[in-house]
Amino acid sequence: MRRGSLALLLFFWLSLAAAFGQSGGELRFYLHSEPKTFDPLLVADDASETIRYLTGGVLVRVNRRTQQAEPELATSWTISRDGRSITFNLREHTYYSDGTPFSAEDVAYTIQRLMDPALHSPTADSFRSGPGTLRTHVDSPTRITITFPAPVAGLDKLFDQVAVVSSRSANKKRAVLGPFYVADYKPGSYVLLRRNPNYWRRDATGRPLPYLDTVRLGIQPNRDIEMMNFRRGQIDLINWLDSEYFDRLAGLAPAVVHDAGPGLESEQMWFNQVANAPIPAYKREWFRSTNFRRAVSEAINRADLVRVVYGGHAQPAAGPVSPANKLWFNTKLRAPVYDPTGALRLLQRDGFRLEGASLRDREGHAVEFSIVTNAGNKARERMATMIQQDLGKIGITMHVVTLDFASLIERITESYNYEGALLGTANTDLDPNAQMNLWLSSAENHQWNPRQRSPETAWEADIDRLMKEQASSLEPAKRKACFDRVQEIVVEQQPFIYLVNKNVLSAVASSVANASPVVLRPQTYWNIETLSVRVQTASKH
Amino acid sequence: MRRVRQFAWLLLALVTLASLGAGLWAPADYAMQFREAPNFPPSHQHLLGTDELGRDRFSRVLYGSRVSLLMAPAAALLSTLLATLVGGVAGYLGGWWERAAMAATDLFLSMPWLFLLLAVRAMLPLNVSPITSIAVTFLLLGLLGWAASARVLCAGARGLRDSDFVLQARACGLSGPRLLAIHVMPNLRPALLAQFWISIPVFIISEANLGILGLGVSEPLPSWGGLLRELESFTSFGFEAWKLVPLVLLVLVVSSFQVILSRDEVYA
Repeated sequence: MRRGSLALLLFFWLSLAAAFGQSGGELRFYLHSEPKTFDPLLVADDASETIRYLTGGVLVRVNRRTQQAEPELATSWTISRDGRSITFNLREHTYYSDGTPFSAEDVAYTIQRLMDPALHSPTADSFRSGPGTLRTHVDSPTRITITFPAPVAGLDKLFDQVAVVSSRSANKKRAVLGPFYVADYKPGSYVLLRRNPNYWRRDATGRPLPYLDTVRLGIQPNRDIEMMNFRRGQIDLINWLDSEYFDRLAGLAPAVVHDAGPGLESEQMWFNQVANAPIPAYKREWFRSTNFRRAVSEAINRADLVRVVYGGHAQPAAGPVSPANKLWFNTKLRAPVYDPTGALRLLQRDGFRLEGASLRDREGHAVEFSIVTNAGNKARERMATMIQQDLGKIGITMHVVTLDFASLIERITESYNYEGALLGTANTDLDPNAQMNLWLSSAENHQWNPRQRSPETAWEADIDRLMKEQASSLEPAKRKACFDRVQEIVVEQQPFIYLVNKNVLSAVASSVANASPVVLRPQTYWNIETLSVRVQTASKH
Repeated sequence: MRRVRQFAWLLLALVTLASLGAGLWAPADYAMQFREAPNFPPSHQHLLGTDELGRDRFSRVLYGSRVSLLMAPAAALLSTLLATLVGGVAGYLGGWWERAAMAATDLFLSMPWLFLLLAVRAMLPLNVSPITSIAVTFLLLGLLGWAASARVLCAGARGLRDSDFVLQARACGLSGPRLLAIHVMPNLRPALLAQFWISIPVFIISEANLGILGLGVSEPLPSWGGLLRELESFTSFGFEAWKLVPLVLLVLVVSSFQVILSRDEVYA
């Protein structure tokens, strides 16, 4: 009888654990390159960023679903009226993974180290708001004020990237405030993360987080092998899939694939408008014509690009900001409608005319140009080939040239020896301030005509003014209005002809509980604390 | 072996004829995009299905074979001529000429040809038609692919230079260029032919390599290299046998050249 009761009790507990599915386990996925550093302040590559996200404790975290800043190690914060200072109230009774207590001194130490010019921290760039130094003042062990030399818009969200390091730990590299710490690293093979026993967060029932015991990050650059091992159940998730793999995996196991909708990445083409570029003057005149650029844009069938190249896992792009960016997307904008007849009308306004099947400018030159893109990117090559056929319908001959990446970059950034280009933009920062180096006419990455001494067109002067205005304003509504107008100008002028916004596609094994992929990085494991893995003996997808 | 050789000749003849007559029996233009039917399996309308842009794969295989089968021999001819000029003449002249030519050949052989090809291609003008891009791709292959043949031909010419009949002809007062034309070159012909035949499959595969990297013949023109790119993700998923046709064709054609070549080598 007693044995029976014990068995019943054991069964009850096992059933309860299985029902919640939240007890431990190991999550396995791949990094696509070797992490370059474990120092959270020196992170510049994807693999290191993954480790920083999983191990680093930050003052403020941008919630990847709502895109709003949320308290983390800071329980609250206030920004001064002049936008130069931020005061954080810190979480009490918090400890690093090695048991060292966390205090405002650690935050001050982290900021000082981050801003040390000798460290060359890539994260520090966004903290350099103007000439002068950034100052920290420890008000108490749980309160710190950080003062910037000039006002910074969107100040609180900057701290999402700064993992607070310990000022007092004996082993500073091992001591972390995030959900996991690095337990083992075998170069070329794996990084093993173990649950931080001192992690401060608990779930709604008071259970300590994270649920997972370990995270094993294999190092595997080959996407085919990643796919194969996912299907064999050797890894639990793929953070990023292309549409071809997604569709094939969906055909085999529809439950494991996730399409989170359009992401922040966009694909676009542009024409070379650089004044001294080694291209014929008459072609430069075409490329500088708004009507010509708009006509090309209208002659591209974006719906076909989405359907054929991305299997429907993309959206025709409306403008420079993806709808995935909930805060900054201008909702009034719509993707250009495919209209070859309208495109020809626009071209006629600039003196272009159709002679047989060939379009000619007012001087009789046949309209013919080349578009460069990077070799090996199948989606871009396919898009270029489809655009070639679309433009052929309005008499434009377009040559598609694929180049190795180094040659391509040399042409578009140094020699300017190209006519048009098709590439993508991967935005990781939601705030328009991160795009200053793209939109300002003096900027290096103002790709259609970079490094201008003064804006060469009135609309570029407008963009410069609006971008500077939004960067110096502390009123969110005013900033939004300025950036909305920038987006409208870009759509009117089409310096970049935006093509599509790719959807964020991922795969998560059915054994992983609580997964809810989103469009912001890290798409599948943004809520790592609440993920858990059910043990499966023969898991195949 | 004789039957295998006959079969190889027959196969080459068939593939060549089929590709030359592509305009007659290709059901669609190689560039025509049937956008409502991308990645379709074989059907009456599309015998080998469609590619990722909805283009008829059978038509593209026919036209692609034409590109690879016509341009590879042209490139092979160019490289063999260059090899004869550098290797054959240097071997015949001997001395300082031979040492300089072989040093240049060694330098060429030691270069990573793929990177050299990428570098040269990146420097070329961008605004060229697809047909010009084919010509340029194979011209580069021909210009960069002569070195190995030059060594063989140099050794052959050196052997002939020291042979009794050449010595006798020289003793009879035959001048240098005439001696080269009447006695040396005709005797080098088997080696020349062998080098020519060897180069054809090498250039076919080289173009295929460039195509797989996305750096070969430019779109929308097909070539075997470009067609093989479809197989990049083939291992991960289900078996779609019709996608293997360009690969099978490439293997068969290259093997046929090797079988035919083995006979020529006997005579060489």
